[in-house]
Amino acid sequence: MVVAFDEMKGVNGGVRPPYGELSRWLSEVPADVLDHRRKEAELLFRRIGITFAVYGEAEAQERLIPFDVIPRIMSGAEWRLLEKGLIQRVKALNAFIKDVYGAREILRAGVVPDDLVFRNPAFRPEMSGQSVPHGIYVHIAGIDIVRVDAETFYVLEDNARTPSGVSYMLENREIMMRLFPELFARHRIAPVDQYPDELLATLKSVAPEHAARDPTVVLLTPGVHNSAYYEHSFLADKLGVELVEGRDLFVKDEIVHMRTTQGPRPVDVIYRRIDDDFLDPLTFRPDSVLGVPGLMSAYQAGNVAMANAVGTGIADDKAVYSFMPAIVKFYLGAEPLLKNVPTWRCREEEHLAYVLGHLHELVVKEVHGSGGYGMLIGPTASKVALEQFRAKLKTAPKNFIAQPTLALSTCPTCVEQGVAPRHVDLRPFALTGRDRTRIVPGGLTRVALKEGSLVVNSSQGGGTKDTWVLDG
Amino acid sequence: MLSRTADNLYWLSRYVERAEYLARILDATQRLTALPLAYVGTTNEWQSTVMTAGCATAFFKAYDEANEENVTDFLAFSTTNASSIRSCFELARSNARAVRTALTVEMWDAINGAWLELKRYGNGPTSRDEFSRFLRWVQESSLRFDGSAYRTMLRNDAYWFSRLGVYIERADNTARILDVKYHLLLPDNERIGGPLDYFQWAAILRSVSALTSFRWVYRESVKPWLVADLLILRDEMPRSLAACYEAIVRNLDSIAGAYGRQGPAQRQARGIRTRLQNSRMDGIFQRGLHEFIGEFITENNRLGSAVTEQFLL
Repeated sequence: MVVAFDEMKGVNGGVRPPYGELSRWLSEVPADVLDHRRKEAELLFRRIGITFAVYGEAEAQERLIPFDVIPRIMSGAEWRLLEKGLIQRVKALNAFIKDVYGAREILRAGVVPDDLVFRNPAFRPEMSGQSVPHGIYVHIAGIDIVRVDAETFYVLEDNARTPSGVSYMLENREIMMRLFPELFARHRIAPVDQYPDELLATLKSVAPEHAARDPTVVLLTPGVHNSAYYEHSFLADKLGVELVEGRDLFVKDEIVHMRTTQGPRPVDVIYRRIDDDFLDPLTFRPDSVLGVPGLMSAYQAGNVAMANAVGTGIADDKAVYSFMPAIVKFYLGAEPLLKNVPTWRCREEEHLAYVLGHLHELVVKEVHGSGGYGMLIGPTASKVALEQFRAKLKTAPKNFIAQPTLALSTCPTCVEQGVAPRHVDLRPFALTGRDRTRIVPGGLTRVALKEGSLVVNSSQGGGTKDTWVLDG
Repeated sequence: MLSRTADNLYWLSRYVERAEYLARILDATQRLTALPLAYVGTTNEWQSTVMTAGCATAFFKAYDEANEENVTDFLAFSTTNASSIRSCFELARSNARAVRTALTVEMWDAINGAWLELKRYGNGPTSRDEFSRFLRWVQESSLRFDGSAYRTMLRNDAYWFSRLGVYIERADNTARILDVKYHLLLPDNERIGGPLDYFQWAAILRSVSALTSFRWVYRESVKPWLVADLLILRDEMPRSLAACYEAIVRNLDSIAGAYGRQGPAQRQARGIRTRLQNSRMDGIFQRGLHEFIGEFITENNRLGSAVTEQFLL
């Protein structure tokens, strides 16, 4: 396997400039102090109640995502490069979704195949020809980024449905500032705590035209049993908006209301953290008890804005992802600033043949999968697993894509044996309102805590780190 | 605010208050039963405790005998008893979790911390000493939660609904003690009871943390009708029915003021308070203490329903 690029030590063993202070500090600080702070951090997280649930684990109803106390650092110049690329990417995503539910020019031009859109389970025919407030679909995007060397960032995944994790970005910073004030004093770090303000500004900016001057925003959660419930309540709190469940809302005369202690109150903008399928039992899954009957009728009448719009999940599809470079070019007439990981679409015969021949060196993913479930990492997979996947690929090639195993960059991380490099990725959060796209510097860094592991998902034993973007 | 949020806050406070009350009556019973029989007579204090907690029916479905082991298990640690201390903390915490946004960090910390700590006690204490410590800890947790709410919450409807929960629950608890022990408090009891009952009265006062207050208010030795007076009519006594209703009316008025309208809950609460204000102890004894308390419990429950109907649905 290729040697991974270490973000602190680079490739030739020196210390890269953004990590200068940190590296000095790491050499000064005794191991037991670091360990002590790690335990303190865990205690803080537990007390604050930042937990998440892992589906399929009955015992671990409330678990902590491991937090690593060593920050991941980027220079201002690196970040500016990334930010430009992200803004471009989000613009293209939005144009694509708007087009798919509108004029469908990209399909007519043959850039993206029809069936990839129409046969996609995330495609919502109810949205065809339907306008949404201010033409914005992806208000909140989480674009997963990986790095392979000093210059190259790849987009690994677009999350345009309901990206989560931003509460960890905010809490990680809060806890780091509590635990390591001296380390902060030695750096100039771009703040992240303006995120809730920017999110609220974004949400208010997309209220329907005829909404009250100060629109009412709510955050719609599936409830306490959802794995991201902590984040929902955390954000509602920071935004100063009501955290509502489906049963708190009702629709009358195509207007959404919430039940309050002073009677019904109209709602203008819904930041929903609930999947399309469960939004409205009258339109989507009739068995959904999480949604609001009639919500879609209010939405279609233009009386309420939803963030993100209904039907954006189509952009999360990994086969659609593989067309992103062409999508960027089609709508923006420019070369993509952020690279895509080269992707083989198993739906295409030649690609499938290549994938079957090189299975042991590829990563194979389900096109609709997320959270690291149901994927194959060729180089580390057992013979049996490889054969099982080969069979799956042959029966339903359309469900899979394959990518080369990337040597994700590594960062110094606290592990049992001391400080050692571990693979990381980055999820920045891009907010798009009526006026512009805003991105808080940095994002959520996820780290694969197991030695050599490339899987950073929290559901698979990954942890998180605070992400620092240095000023200047 | 959302009706559901108000509902969660209201019940969160009720459950914490209830947990504290259970700890207080268990503590009082433990002291009472530790005395030699000659001082306390032969009544089954553990049975009386189950009745005071208001869950006799459920208890006797699960157990044959009301003894120390069964009663402490049922009232403190049982998961089948929805009103055990453990269940109260569980329910309080799940209500808190559902309205995380309406709580201050300090309140969340208090209730979440208590919930985590509760796990340490497992399925019950291994000794009487440990059980005593447990009871003290429950009371401290409740005090901490209550203090956090008092010191950190914005004075808006969220605060008023959470206070309403405290006082409606507290009024109910105080009334229940009086209801079960009323025979000890009748004036002619002094003659038949004599010093024997002193410990019973002390236990009643202790279970509402009023033993010291009693002496400050009356400056004489414990007398049964004075105990009743203190717990029913004295508004300087924070757990008396009168004081609870002072607070209930005040909080309902704040809500009415902020919302710009009065409703059935406000009217009912004022009615109950007026009745308490116009009552004298001798009149209550004449008409019957037992009947008076019984009516009060019914009225208090009715107010609970009125609050739910007016605001929480």
